[in-house]
Amino acid sequence: MSEIDSRTDEELDRRDSAPGEERITEHELAGGLSGYLLGFGLAILLTIASFLAAQTGLIYQPAVISALVVLAIAQMGVHLVFFLHLTTGPDNTNNVLALAFGVLIVALVVIGSVWIMAHLSLNMAAMSAHQAGMMP
Amino acid sequence: MSDITAGSARRDPYRLSRTGGHGHGPLSATGHGQGGPASKFVTVAYGFWIFLLSDIIMFSAFFAAFAVLSKATASGPTGKELFELTRVAAQTGLLLTSSFTGGLATLATHRRSMAATQFWLLVTGLLGVAFLFLEVQEFAAMASEQAGPSRSAFLSAFFALVGCHGTHVGLGLLWLGTMMAQLWVKGFRPEMLRRLHCFGLFWHALDIIWVAIFTLVYLLGASP
Repeated sequence: MSEIDSRTDEELDRRDSAPGEERITEHELAGGLSGYLLGFGLAILLTIASFLAAQTGLIYQPAVISALVVLAIAQMGVHLVFFLHLTTGPDNTNNVLALAFGVLIVALVVIGSVWIMAHLSLNMAAMSAHQAGMMP
Repeated sequence: MSDITAGSARRDPYRLSRTGGHGHGPLSATGHGQGGPASKFVTVAYGFWIFLLSDIIMFSAFFAAFAVLSKATASGPTGKELFELTRVAAQTGLLLTSSFTGGLATLATHRRSMAATQFWLLVTGLLGVAFLFLEVQEFAAMASEQAGPSRSAFLSAFFALVGCHGTHVGLGLLWLGTMMAQLWVKGFRPEMLRRLHCFGLFWHALDIIWVAIFTLVYLLGASP
């Protein structure tokens, strides 16, 4: 019938990339085998850094949690760029926007829960010894 | 890439302008807006992307529950006493490597190499099985030390969160096995390429969730 119908699915749609579709060309950093190798290497380095930060005294103890969160976010970024081929190109706008919405909801759920529950336990009246004895 | 030479493509390489491509290339207007509907490959993968994001939002509820309950040990064992970080490091290495070999399978699929695709899918699956084995071993060890999910709120949240990820890995392995058989029988048909692509997305997303688990649950839980 029309040209659209005769196209096979393997042909690239030139306006939108499917999520995870490798549209990056060979000479770019995140493309092909070298991209996967680079991503794998970076992910391994970040994992080792996480374990070192948590297990050794290299980092001032109260700052360990921030270091771990930063390293985890960096590693998720490496996965998104090198394995899921997320780019800032216009052909990826839909995918990035969907991801941004997901990240917003995740942040609301996690930060909101922790915030509310922390305040709840702070504002809870202390139990008397009698009440504590009634606890199951 | 032959239409790179078309005049419109040179001025507008990403085809941002829906009207720039009149008469050039296979994507001139055929209804549903100027450029025509997206290909089935794009719509299927995008739908699966939305599913994955919903799945991650579901995981975020488990993460929130764990974060809130992580100190509620009811004078039972704490994470510091229970977690073995050598096992967690091994699990992380296995899952990370399986994500990488999954990427190699994708590259082999691009080359339409059946032997290489099946080989790397098999390696991915075996690494996933090894990961799951270590996790089941850990759960069994904890249950035998009177640290099962019913011991404290902390352990309930732990088993729910990590078990949910393990269930996803297990279901992914079933999916992988089914797909290897289908690929063997059907070859690189368009629907198989779509399914392989969705599986790749799923497997990489599981790896991203595991990054959050090993950081927030194990490393923070075991840190002094």
